[in-house]
Amino acid sequence: MSKRIDVSDLNVYYGDFLAVEDVNITLDAKSVTAFIGPSGCGKSTFLRTLNRMHEVIPGARVEGKVLLDGDNLYADGVDPVTVRSQIGMVFQRPNPFPTMSIRDNVLAGVKLNSRRMAKSDADALVEKSLQGANLWNEVKDRLEKPGSGLSGGQQQRLCIARAIAVAPDVILMDEPCSALDPISTLAIEDLINELKDEYTVVIVTHNMQQAARVSDKTAFFNIAGTGKPGKLIEFAETATIFNNPGQKSTEDYVSGRFG
Amino acid sequence: MSTTKSARRAGTGRTGDKVFSGAALGAGVLIVAVLFAVAMFLVIQALPTFSAAPADITGGKGFVSYIFPIVVGTLIAAAIALVIATPIGVAVALYISHYAPRNMARGLGYVVDLLAAIPSVIYGAWGATFLASQLKVPYQWLADNAGWIPIFGGPASGTGKTILTAGIVLAVMVLPIIASLTREIFLQTPMLHQEAALALGATRWEMIRMAVLPFARGGIISAVMLGLGRALGETMAVALVLSSGPMIASLIRSGNQTIAAEIALNFPEAFGLRLNELIAAGLVLFLITLLVNMVARWIISRHKEFSGAN
Repeated sequence: MSKRIDVSDLNVYYGDFLAVEDVNITLDAKSVTAFIGPSGCGKSTFLRTLNRMHEVIPGARVEGKVLLDGDNLYADGVDPVTVRSQIGMVFQRPNPFPTMSIRDNVLAGVKLNSRRMAKSDADALVEKSLQGANLWNEVKDRLEKPGSGLSGGQQQRLCIARAIAVAPDVILMDEPCSALDPISTLAIEDLINELKDEYTVVIVTHNMQQAARVSDKTAFFNIAGTGKPGKLIEFAETATIFNNPGQKSTEDYVSGRFG
Repeated sequence: MSTTKSARRAGTGRTGDKVFSGAALGAGVLIVAVLFAVAMFLVIQALPTFSAAPADITGGKGFVSYIFPIVVGTLIAAAIALVIATPIGVAVALYISHYAPRNMARGLGYVVDLLAAIPSVIYGAWGATFLASQLKVPYQWLADNAGWIPIFGGPASGTGKTILTAGIVLAVMVLPIIASLTREIFLQTPMLHQEAALALGATRWEMIRMAVLPFARGGIISAVMLGLGRALGETMAVALVLSSGPMIASLIRSGNQTIAAEIALNFPEAFGLRLNELIAAGLVLFLITLLVNMVARWIISRHKEFSGAN
């Protein structure tokens, strides 16, 4: 399953402070969209509004619409819990549950939705999800060991396996490689390329080469100065953003002149 | 010049290290020495009890039949306290850490901490004068309707001063310890893991079960054990609340006694062998506490691999 996301006139506030202003963007199904921009420009904040994870932060609120195949995530009566089970998330630092085995980590989200599951079904899902995250061969002999015993890159892939096990429509990734070494980063990037066959993938990254390597479209966010809101400056095909950007600030950023 | 400077700095650093490691070692040794001295005192003072003729011991049937009922009484009172206080304490802590609005959480946390600071004699007076008389009616009801269960066997106490009342008072005393310690642990749960659970579509309660409670497991056990330590050793409250007597199964009749209250009530007039007897009872209490702590450590260490420390 894969769905597209349409965002219109979205403002994000922390209390009274306007953090992200007036975003209009369409994220295509079965594609990878990258968000780039300098630190503090609101790209991670904006990413979190796509599955309502910003609500975890006290005082954060949103105005505007986010449509998942036409259904507004912020309509009255929509439960953020439901939203998050449709739109999965992978975080900056790998966060497998330390008290759970590798197997239980993969099944953590599934167990929330369907309480009872035959062991054979669970085994099949664990294998499918871990294979989907390119981790199966490395961990198949130690599924009962704690997930926290894996290397950082393996832990991050375990988190991706955990996210895809619940069969979401969209996967959000908030700088998924920033805590990883180059080899592990490569493994995750390969994985992102495979994930887009089935999922809508949105990735925030500080690494412009990474955005160029993995994404189909790129959105550039920027901030006018401290205390000013972050804005979506330009959104286009990745090749266009990197080779022939329409805005001066985009060109300055992707060519490394600031940020 | 620069070499002498750095050499001197390294020198003072080494002296500081030595002083500190010496002080730390001294503190460690002191604790062990004090523990050992207390244990030695208890053993030496208790020895005459074990060699005395059974007829000379209180009750006339030897030390084991003297100590057994009050060990059981101690354990019953502590068990009642923990059965009541653990779920409530954990629930209060969870409410403060994860449900209450922030202002309210702060106030509530403060009140819970205050509750822990109330002296036990006040709890005892409250239990004896207020709580016991309030519980007379429910006890009567229990005796009438659930009397076939041995622990609720009648006739119910006319004063309400029973082991169950003592257990409830102990629960109130233990509750703030459990609540405030577990609250601290709950607050330390890494945001990372809480967000991981929420991002999978967990409700708040599911998130707590997935991320918070497993993380806090060892801490909850430690908190409960500290509570148990207080419940086992609590003297004044039990001495005031419980109208003691021989060991009986019913929790709603007068009877039973705890080690700590037994020692406190009899110590002032005790001399000779009776004094040795009470100290021997203290030794038994000491051993129970030690055992409880060892079991708690063992439970915590059993799950080390999954503790998140690695």
